[in-house]
Amino acid sequence: MSEERIEGQPKYAPGTHVRSKDIRERKITYTWWEPEAQYAFSLGPANSRFLKELKAGKIIGRTCRKCDRVIVPPRMFCDWCYDTTHEWVYLKDTGTVETFSISYLDPDAHLIEDPILVGVISIDGASPKHGFMHYFGEMKPEDLRIGMKVKAVWKPKEERVGSVTDIKYFKPLIGGDE
Amino acid sequence: MRNVSVIGGGMSLFRRRLKETGKELSFLASKMAMEEAGVQRSDIDMVVMGSAPDAFDGIHMKGENLLDGAGGKDKPYVRVFNGGGTGVFAPIAGWWHVASGVADMVMVVCEEKMGSCNPHPQTAFRNIWDPILDRPLNPNLVWLFAMEMNRYMTRYDIKKEDIARVAVKNKRNAVGHPCAQLPDANITVEDVLNSEMMAWPVNRLDISPPSDGASALIYCSEEKAKEFTDDPINVAGVGWNIDSSMWTNRDLYFPDYVANAAKMAYKMAGINDPRKEIDFAEPYDPFTYKELHHLEGLLLCDKGEAPILTREGVTERDGDLPVCPSGGLLGVGNPIAATMGQKVCELYWQLAGKAGKRQIPGDPQVGVGQAWGDIMQMGTVLVMRRG
Ligand SMILES: [Zn+2]
Repeated sequence: MSEERIEGQPKYAPGTHVRSKDIRERKITYTWWEPEAQYAFSLGPANSRFLKELKAGKIIGRTCRKCDRVIVPPRMFCDWCYDTTHEWVYLKDTGTVETFSISYLDPDAHLIEDPILVGVISIDGASPKHGFMHYFGEMKPEDLRIGMKVKAVWKPKEERVGSVTDIKYFKPLIGGDE
Repeated sequence: MRNVSVIGGGMSLFRRRLKETGKELSFLASKMAMEEAGVQRSDIDMVVMGSAPDAFDGIHMKGENLLDGAGGKDKPYVRVFNGGGTGVFAPIAGWWHVASGVADMVMVVCEEKMGSCNPHPQTAFRNIWDPILDRPLNPNLVWLFAMEMNRYMTRYDIKKEDIARVAVKNKRNAVGHPCAQLPDANITVEDVLNSEMMAWPVNRLDISPPSDGASALIYCSEEKAKEFTDDPINVAGVGWNIDSSMWTNRDLYFPDYVANAAKMAYKMAGINDPRKEIDFAEPYDPFTYKELHHLEGLLLCDKGEAPILTREGVTERDGDLPVCPSGGLLGVGNPIAATMGQKVCELYWQLAGKAGKRQIPGDPQVGVGQAWGDIMQMGTVLVMRRG
């Protein structure tokens, strides 16, 4: 296709299409490589405290007095005023669904049957639109709505390891749950 | 600053996988641009390479690996990289080489070889997420776009069928593009809405395909361009801007960073009313809704208005504001950095009247191209104008 010259256009550069089955069936020559790098990420003071508090069943943020801002996930510096943040502050484990997706994709882009409910939850007590990504549970996909109030469902204490997954998911907040 | 002219563009075939190596693709696209410009490698002072994450090609520091294919041997050479923003940022970097007076002639080469990453480049995207806060949730990159699309749709009460029209328009526009990977002259809104659900509200046909490919562009000073043409095409303005990676601390309904980049570019170009002064646009369209989101970010319409313009046909090739006349990423393919071919080379071909079957009617004078990337952070904008 790219070999033919189209009136008034430059002559586009070629390329040779290879199909997935050409690789599977070894119809073309190729070499294979699997990188084996492994990483241990140190967390820094803000994330360390955040995860330690999650292990204890609490959500913690940081305040910036200059910006009158409560930041979660917490950070040691404020990216608005570019100064150090000030105090640790405990937040509620409830919040509002800011956005969500109903995902039929696993992390490697394979299709799955049971959808993953995932979204962003702004946390009560933090500044507006401040929160983090997490799963939703104890609800049908069609019940999930932007603006919906939700509450964290924690793993049992002995199963918590200091990870965002110490929260299993967020469930609908029903009156009296708070 | 000096005026900078474009004198040639190049683009290889775009496909899910190509047999040629990244170096070979760079060479093919570069040779096309040099042939169009009528220059030799010895005429080129410096080379700028644009290529996105190393993890796709599987070659760490791939800029150095690609340099001989990109014609950079024994020359000042630099690779620039800001994820999906690279396709417009690399030509911005090329522009400043010439505008500053450091170089008289520069070649910009963009390459991506996503087909090397198996079984799917999504696996490489896993490493883009924050390792502490996000990766324990095993996220898929499509989640980001699904969440941004949902926020945008909900804020303005946009119907999915109006978003699906973007895929229909761009895949039809791509029919005239010799490099196109997914042109489709017969696609309908129903085809898009009925394609597999990936992550609601994103269906399969809302997403551009991963691709292999390369593109190239040759710049020189306006003064030097007079040796090649009586009708130079100039870069009128450039802009770039980035928001924080803390994307869960902001409202996703509007891309402020794109608006900031656009304002920077329009100011440089002396554009006061972009809606009146810009004749056509190539906003970044890796997903259907992104074209709409970006038209609003580029200040070419009101917030929430882009789906209405699309429904009314304003953004068709023969509409008042043609958008993605190249066929975009949805129709031509998405070899990340190499989409410079649709977002910047296309501006040149359209303004020079060389776009063939894709040519916009009515003698366009000013076009804007834009790219976007990282964790919904980066906006890169370039305005081109007939001299
Ligand atoms: Zn502050």
